[in-house]
Amino acid sequence: MSIKKTSLNNLHIKYGAKLVEFAGYQMPIQYKDGIIQEHKYTRSHSGIFDVSHMGQLFISGRDDLTNDLEKIFPADLKKLKTNQSKYSFLMNNKGGIQDDLIITKTSEGFLIILNAACKYNDYEVIKSKLDNQYKLNLDESLSLIALQGPEAKNVLNKVIPGCDSLKFMNGNNYVYKNEKVYITRSGYTGEDGFEISIKHSDAETFVESLIENGSKLIGLGARDTLRMEAGLCLYGNDLDNDTSPIEANLKWAIPKSRIETEFVGSEVLKNQFQSGVKKLRVGIKPDSKVIARGNTKIYNDKNQEIGKVTSGTFGPSVEHPIAMGYVDNSYSTVNTKIFLEVRGKKIPANICNLPFYKKNYVKGEINV
Amino acid sequence: MSEVKYSKEHEWIKLDGEEATIGITKHATEMLGDIVFAELPEKGSNVDKDGTAGVVESTKAASDVYTPVSGEVIDTNQMIVDDPSKINEDPEESAWFFKLKIKDKSEMDSLMSKEEYEKFTKETSA
Repeated sequence: MSIKKTSLNNLHIKYGAKLVEFAGYQMPIQYKDGIIQEHKYTRSHSGIFDVSHMGQLFISGRDDLTNDLEKIFPADLKKLKTNQSKYSFLMNNKGGIQDDLIITKTSEGFLIILNAACKYNDYEVIKSKLDNQYKLNLDESLSLIALQGPEAKNVLNKVIPGCDSLKFMNGNNYVYKNEKVYITRSGYTGEDGFEISIKHSDAETFVESLIENGSKLIGLGARDTLRMEAGLCLYGNDLDNDTSPIEANLKWAIPKSRIETEFVGSEVLKNQFQSGVKKLRVGIKPDSKVIARGNTKIYNDKNQEIGKVTSGTFGPSVEHPIAMGYVDNSYSTVNTKIFLEVRGKKIPANICNLPFYKKNYVKGEINV
Repeated sequence: MSEVKYSKEHEWIKLDGEEATIGITKHATEMLGDIVFAELPEKGSNVDKDGTAGVVESTKAASDVYTPVSGEVIDTNQMIVDDPSKINEDPEESAWFFKLKIKDKSEMDSLMSKEEYEKFTKETSA
């Protein structure tokens, strides 16, 4: 299979991107400024992220659609108002996460944003679970661009007036160059921001106008450090087929109204709600400057293995190494002393609260 | 006159009499990206040619630092441990990694000159 390019590929090259293959696409890992500067620019100004590799699945059809989708996803879709979004999961029968996703109710049905590496499989799974009764369109004629950071609303409002009135986790239709664009107020950096679904042919001029208004292109490298500081999971690292939303400490995303109802994986989840889980995702702060990356083994003070790091990096805004991972539930309390095996040495660390970086409206608040 | 040579693992080495100063090349820092962590060998320890003598980590990944020659570690650069970003700023001067009392000067012979190293990096990155 040949490597795919997004509609912004020429722009990535123009702005000096280092390109890498990610989920079958040629994507920018960083631009000329480098990961730390790009990360900080997003936190202090605003950053543009090409997330066109992600799936945009539109589902429409007759009235039972909401009911039928609730049999798949553990979200309260009946209560969802038009243009409102919710974070949810596609699970397997064991309650393991096949993908984490955002569902938005649209005037025609639902829009689901899927991870790039999972989108084709998700499409097949959802289609078969819906018994081919609805119209599913994994729309590859659209680009998806995220604009994130404290200045995102001012920058976007200059290009597409009126979008600053959107509330968090809400979307709406807007017009750009006489074409319809769909904008949601959301993102994955821990900052205020937007995701803009736009025709491929308009994507480049749209992004250039964001740049003219003071924003900068940001690569996947900084996207990763930003999401980690915000305590957000990356599918494939922190979430997988063998991990449930309860174990992933994402219980908040399953509404109480759905716990007793049926959906894929509901038996396992109901059981975990009642009896608890063996492993739990936690935040980890190493005592020293040593970075513990994914797959680092975690030990207790008796040298017994108690878990594994799933993501770890240096947090440019908190200016300290950060990590998250899964530990035996009895070690998941904040301030529990643990040890990380890095290059044969046991590095002391503590279980800590997530996120590492918390935004308030005036300025960032640092949790490390 | 001091002699500067380069390794295929992207270290530079400057020899002054018996004393060798070792660091990583500008090309290496460009490949690594923003460096956020550095670990150095212990003073007084002995390191062997092509053996691991430290670690650098960027926001993306960890990489071992190898010593291009054998010897005893006589000094390490605490500045780059305290502020690893100095390695990106000045890799081939102030941000050196460690100094060795060199064991066998003939080990320098297999290393590359500046011109040879530049040619090598062009070939390997092409």
